[in-house]
Amino acid sequence: MDVRDDVTELLAGFSLFADLSSAERERVAHTFKEAWFAEGERILRQGISGGSAFYVILEGSAGIRVDGVERWSLKPGEFFGEISSLLGEVAVADIMALTPLRCLVLDGDQLESFLVSHPKVMYRVLQGEARKVRNTTQWQN
Amino acid sequence: MAELSEGPFPPGRYELIVVGSGPGALQLTYCLTRLGLDHAVISDDPAPGGMFRRWPIFQRMLSWTKPYAGFEHRSREYERFDWNSLACDEEEHRAVMAEVMDGTSYFPSRPEMERGLVIFAERAGLQVRYGCRWESTGREGQDFILGTSDGEYRAPLLVFAVGVAEPWKPSTPGLEDAAHYGDLRPVETYADRRVFIIGKQNSGFEIATGLLPVARQIVLASPSPTKLSVNTRSLVGVRARYVQPYEDSVLAGGVVILDASIESVEPAGAAFRVTTRNAHDGSALVFEVDDVIAATGFVAPLRDLPELGVATFGHSRLPAQTPFWRSATVPGIYFAGTLTQGSLGLRKHGIPSNSGAVQGYRYNARVLARHLAQTRFNRDLERPRLGTDQVIPLLLAEVSRGPELWHQRSYLARVLTIDAEQGLGDEGVLPLAHFVDDDRGPDGVAIALESNGRDEPYPAVYIRRANKVSEHLLPSHPLLDFEGAGYVSELAAQLGELLSPSLSRPVP
Repeated sequence: MDVRDDVTELLAGFSLFADLSSAERERVAHTFKEAWFAEGERILRQGISGGSAFYVILEGSAGIRVDGVERWSLKPGEFFGEISSLLGEVAVADIMALTPLRCLVLDGDQLESFLVSHPKVMYRVLQGEARKVRNTTQWQN
Repeated sequence: MAELSEGPFPPGRYELIVVGSGPGALQLTYCLTRLGLDHAVISDDPAPGGMFRRWPIFQRMLSWTKPYAGFEHRSREYERFDWNSLACDEEEHRAVMAEVMDGTSYFPSRPEMERGLVIFAERAGLQVRYGCRWESTGREGQDFILGTSDGEYRAPLLVFAVGVAEPWKPSTPGLEDAAHYGDLRPVETYADRRVFIIGKQNSGFEIATGLLPVARQIVLASPSPTKLSVNTRSLVGVRARYVQPYEDSVLAGGVVILDASIESVEPAGAAFRVTTRNAHDGSALVFEVDDVIAATGFVAPLRDLPELGVATFGHSRLPAQTPFWRSATVPGIYFAGTLTQGSLGLRKHGIPSNSGAVQGYRYNARVLARHLAQTRFNRDLERPRLGTDQVIPLLLAEVSRGPELWHQRSYLARVLTIDAEQGLGDEGVLPLAHFVDDDRGPDGVAIALESNGRDEPYPAVYIRRANKVSEHLLPSHPLLDFEGAGYVSELAAQLGELLSPSLSRPVP
């Protein structure tokens, strides 16, 4: 496995994986890789190709920056990178590590099969997307 | 204590201490020495070589050195085809591996690799205090304190090049009694035996390949599906040398390759009972086998660095790093060698850097040495001036033949910047992430070679103007020659505004 032993325990506390059994969470943990970013480091880059991957924050927080303007922050259990992964397009925002940031990573081309084989996780992702649409609407208003 | 003063680098205070004597440490001390940077090198080993003094277990490397590549062995261009020699400035010390290999394979044997490193260290005059074991790490003011078997060392800067070679097994019940990759017995002792190998990466397939002629049955199991490098078009996945067990499996020859987690390993008389759970449908399957071998990888032997605050991640416990290979959490601590894979770079299309291998990290070391010279030793390194007419030929030549860009795709880039007073300057090779993410950097251009896992490699150009970076991908070429007229005109069009004289004039 590419992740540390504590990942399965961390996943148990995240709503994204709340509908999975502990055995399913353990199998999910094996699907991902782990990554770590220094404070201030960029994880996704707006307008730069090939960065598509689905990230779930394990520790730390990340900022969403669009056209140089900070828009939102993300905390453990939240995720990013799904838009460019699902659409196969360049990232629409910079994602910056606001603190030292530990994440799970799934390569963008594996996201479809992962979500299809874990429909409960897909539902939780959809809830997250709904919140992002709501927040975006609030920015525009 | 009299004997401690013998040999290089006795205990004391230094500006920088490098720990290790494998290829990563040797490459770094070479680069630091050529820049005239005062430093010490200590190592627990008795001689150069690092992990290549012991492994790979079947005694041949996975990295090639091609004897005939169309380039003279001592040329810089030849480094693209020689993955194993350390890089150096003096032509006479280049391509050592091509010299020591016996010609029976373009993959050097382990003894050849070890001998090549010893020869390089001798010829380059590299100094290492061997037999000096790093035992503890502490802090006092600005200095780190290294407790060693020879006494106490102090330095404000440390670079650890200690490899990722400490055997690791997961906490699966019963697995503690199984052999690890490094404990493999002589091949003939596996004759007519049923062997269960946990792990489906190169080390697992290496063992399976070695045991194919003798074992009665081989099972390879881990939760993730097998990846093959010929499919990922990168070094991710099992290399072609070890694909034979895979073919045996798909042709139903007897090898079993399973996507399953290992629930437990229990003794069953003289045998083992291995309980697995299928990664796709959760079903259980039990195997009775004669041997269980954990090809479950290695961890970085970082000793007490995590207690000092060095963050690590992944099952290999890699230290988290900045683009210049500094600990992401403890300033003053840097890494070299295979540990530099903990600095992830852009990972475009999910493809990692080659920093885990000699052909990648030898260039990281050169960049790190220059970075330390400029930022920690206050050295003003040469930044050659360029005329605008030199820019396009230089960039296209680098992406066509520059070994740094070929071996470290989307990771290292050739960078030119525009200084308001001095005009165009050649910054040399830098981490691509540093260029792309530097919001406050000068205007400039970086070129890298990139792969997407599907097509042939292609050049990528990054242009920074007024603190904004844009990306421009150039097409691939069937012969991987990016210097033709089409590339010249396309790059000229992209760089037009950047190279305009009015833009590179000093700001009034």
